[in-house]
Amino acid sequence: MSVPEMFSYIQGFLSADQEIREDIRKVVQVLEQTAREILTLLQSVHQPSGFKEIPSKCQKARELFCTVRTHLGELKTKFPVDQYYRFHEHWRFVLQRLAFLAAFVVYLESESLVTRDEVAQILGIEVVREKGFHLDVEDYLAGVLIMASELSRLAVNSVTAGDYSRPLRISNFINELDSGFRLLNLKNDPLLFLNAEGSKETKRRGLGI
Amino acid sequence: MLTYISHANKALRERERERERERERECIRTLSLYMSTMPVFQQELDTKHDKHERLVKLSRDITIESKRTIFLLHRVTSVPDVEEVLTEADLKLDGVRLNIRMIAEELRGEDLHQFHRAFTPGIQEYVEAVSFHHFIRHRTLISLEEINTKLVFIKEAVGRPVLTFQVTPTDYLLGVADLTGELMRMCISSVGNGDMDTPFQVSMFLRQIHDGFSYIGNTGPYEVSKKLHTLRQSLSKVEDACYTLKVRGSEIPKHMLADVFSSRTAMMDQDEGVA
Repeated sequence: MSVPEMFSYIQGFLSADQEIREDIRKVVQVLEQTAREILTLLQSVHQPSGFKEIPSKCQKARELFCTVRTHLGELKTKFPVDQYYRFHEHWRFVLQRLAFLAAFVVYLESESLVTRDEVAQILGIEVVREKGFHLDVEDYLAGVLIMASELSRLAVNSVTAGDYSRPLRISNFINELDSGFRLLNLKNDPLLFLNAEGSKETKRRGLGI
Repeated sequence: MLTYISHANKALRERERERERERERECIRTLSLYMSTMPVFQQELDTKHDKHERLVKLSRDITIESKRTIFLLHRVTSVPDVEEVLTEADLKLDGVRLNIRMIAEELRGEDLHQFHRAFTPGIQEYVEAVSFHHFIRHRTLISLEEINTKLVFIKEAVGRPVLTFQVTPTDYLLGVADLTGELMRMCISSVGNGDMDTPFQVSMFLRQIHDGFSYIGNTGPYEVSKKLHTLRQSLSKVEDACYTLKVRGSEIPKHMLADVFSSRTAMMDQDEGVA
């Protein structure tokens, strides 16, 4: 194979790669939009009036997760099944956000922690890598950590709204989460940073109340 | 009537309390579930981390050994028996391939791209060494396919499928970009030894590669455009060398040319040091 032939072969590969990336980026943008909508919807629980509306807000959020499922279904078709990690960077951020939102909705509904399976189910994706588009453990854990810091904010605002029992429950919950994360050997990991920041902040707020 | 209302209130409060308790129980249930899955996550993350570390180590070994091979190959300009050096280099590269085979072993059943970052430096260095070797022997560019066919490993143990490792086009491209630096060095040192053909062959080859990279331009990954700059520098050095050979070659006796040239390259190297 001559040098120009070789380079045009590589060029072909590169442009195919770029096309895939562009397709993925488009779908991810839509996903980010939906994620923002859900977040805005759930943000209203921080308002004093929002506390009574929690069930209806959660209901609406659940409806929005339907669109998330369709978009994620679309995303799956944009690249070969076995190359998840080649393009992972593109949707990592939004997937962590969505995991957080799912965890938050579940917490608001039942004050319990979502499992990885539940998140995967809400998002309509798999848990195991071999089965296709899946939820990476790290992304799930990152979602849970984002929720922890959101809950610390909720604790503060629930006191303002006159609900004095909620902060205690949240504090228990977060302490449990924290001891769970201590079981992990996180080395120089973005997760570790998120965890350290989150728990410090949360504890500070928890003590303040 | 009053007792009825207070009774209703009491029932209401009772129900409220019951709900609270229910909620707490649910919370404890899921949290204990969580605490039991945490070790599972821990194991999953640790396994991944360990694999990553092993791959990084393998990649380092590959880099070191490939660099040594390249040093060895640079001797071809000054020794009489080129073939001997090439055979020795081939043996060294076989050793490197054993390491790549271990990478392939680690990646069996995994997503190659999940750990790509761990071993890409080694693979690039390997591509550089192999393509340098190939150029010295055949004066052509080794193709991606040729590299990959050498990375098919047959297992001795029966019942297990053939093990292959695929160099990605990007790694190949980056390896070839590094190759141009080696070629430049080879060109300059061969002039120092009075070799009049190699510089022209190298400059032609480098020009072709340069054209190839310009063709890809900025559609490639970010690293490629960074390397394009160094490539231009190497190319202009080689072209300068050829120019000097043409201009001065006709007027200076051959045995003195080497001196003229090595003083000139020394000057160029100094320039580089300042810049």
